[in-house]
Amino acid sequence: MWLYAAVAAGGFRRHATYRMATVAGMFTNTVFGFILAYTYVALWDERPHLGGYDMSEALTYVWIGQALLATTGLMGSSFEEELIERIKTGDIAVDLYRPADLQLWWLAAVYGRAAFQLLARGVVPMAVGSLAFELALPRNPLTWAAFLLSVALGVLVNFAIGYLVALSAFWLLDGAGVVQVAWLSGLFFSGMLLPLTVFPGTLGEVARALPWSSALQVPADVFLERRTGARLAEAYAFQAGWALVLLAGGRVLQAVATRRVVVQGG
Amino acid sequence: MADGLRAYALIAAMWVRSTMTYRFSFAMTLLSNFVTTGLDFVVILLMFGHVRGLGGFSFAEVAFLYGTTSTSFGLADLLLGQVSRLGRRVRDGTLDTLLVRPAPVLAQVAADRFALRRLGRITQGLVVLVWSLALLDVAWTLPKVLLVPVMVVTGGVLFGSVMVAGAAFQIWAQDGAEVVNAFTYGGNTLLQYPPSVFAGELVRGVVYVVPLAFVNWVPALYVLGRAAPAGLPAWSAFLSPLVAAALCVPAALFWRAGLRAYRSTGS
Repeated sequence: MWLYAAVAAGGFRRHATYRMATVAGMFTNTVFGFILAYTYVALWDERPHLGGYDMSEALTYVWIGQALLATTGLMGSSFEEELIERIKTGDIAVDLYRPADLQLWWLAAVYGRAAFQLLARGVVPMAVGSLAFELALPRNPLTWAAFLLSVALGVLVNFAIGYLVALSAFWLLDGAGVVQVAWLSGLFFSGMLLPLTVFPGTLGEVARALPWSSALQVPADVFLERRTGARLAEAYAFQAGWALVLLAGGRVLQAVATRRVVVQGG
Repeated sequence: MADGLRAYALIAAMWVRSTMTYRFSFAMTLLSNFVTTGLDFVVILLMFGHVRGLGGFSFAEVAFLYGTTSTSFGLADLLLGQVSRLGRRVRDGTLDTLLVRPAPVLAQVAADRFALRRLGRITQGLVVLVWSLALLDVAWTLPKVLLVPVMVVTGGVLFGSVMVAGAAFQIWAQDGAEVVNAFTYGGNTLLQYPPSVFAGELVRGVVYVVPLAFVNWVPALYVLGRAAPAGLPAWSAFLSPLVAAALCVPAALFWRAGLRAYRSTGS
């Protein structure tokens, strides 16, 4: 247990080292926040209460999205690329020899990173957004805690997806294409581009049932106090359920991969 | 220049051959690239499922904006997109290898891991562009017809200049790659929507500071028979090739200055 705590702390410190990258990320999140916010203003001007949100809730949704983009690793989480690189170069063989569980090791590192990203790239763009637009912040202080738990589960689900994607490199060797597809579908189905509540009919139902909604749509609804009481418990169950299924899938895939693995490199 | 193009062609051809070794894998990534880069257009379709106009622009007009900027961005991304990996080379010192080879560094960096799958984005942009042209109700004149292909090509040059300048910036700010994304991916997203959606300062910024508005806003609004953004005169629609050529100069100078300032990690 201490081992994984140390890995997580290392993940936090590692990302805290790259100050330039952090500032660059804050800047980019803020720019994207403004672009999306203006398109939402145009949309909600025409159709107030679209998707059940009023204007300030829709704008809050945009900035929550920017805050969670790096945190949940929806956008180019470096861990997938690193793991793929280790599989491609054969370094993975060393990792498999270590007296630590491969999946838990990477998960710990991802949580360390997520904590840092939420503090650095979550807080600043949100603060800038709240200066420029009127946002709907939670009325009940407990909502903040509920939101954090939902974000933590979202990070877990997205990690589990990323782990599956990265392991595909055992078969494909070139992971770049798969990573890009996973990344773009993650952006779409998490609700980063448009809230999933705005998606029509069956597409909306399917999108809301897919695991990616755990990374943004669900935490955002918790923040906006759309999910309280029993609905909140249901949200947690949804996220935890997907996390369990996908993490178990990752373990199975890892077992299959390591049984047939031929180490690259030399 | 000829040296650079030759080196670029050789390296790119090598990567294409390497990609083609795994034909099935390539076909799959090309197809999925085509589909997934279109997801942001699906968002526009979903928006128009709820509204009839966005910022006073019809669906066909927004699709036209989307098609032009996406094709331009796709062209720049295919030919120069790999320069965004320069920061990594600076960090791990592998840029040194490129410096000692007898070929221009920019050509080597741009052709490195040349990704033919990016044809997917160009194709997707073109499909939307052609669709929008079929839907648009425009009184076509010869200048307007010529402006469409000119717009797509000059837009690619504009995006390419920003990418090269951004890569040079990474030599100083080794891990600042994300700032560049704000201008490339961010610019592409911005230009997919009409300027009337955005605040005046933002529009003036992309007209007068980072002239990305010349990728499509300025010429496209002329084609659509609307007033140019940020108080530009109507004839400014024909300035985009000049603006693109002019932007290449600071990008090239910035690139040279960046290379001169390069300090190897020494590891």
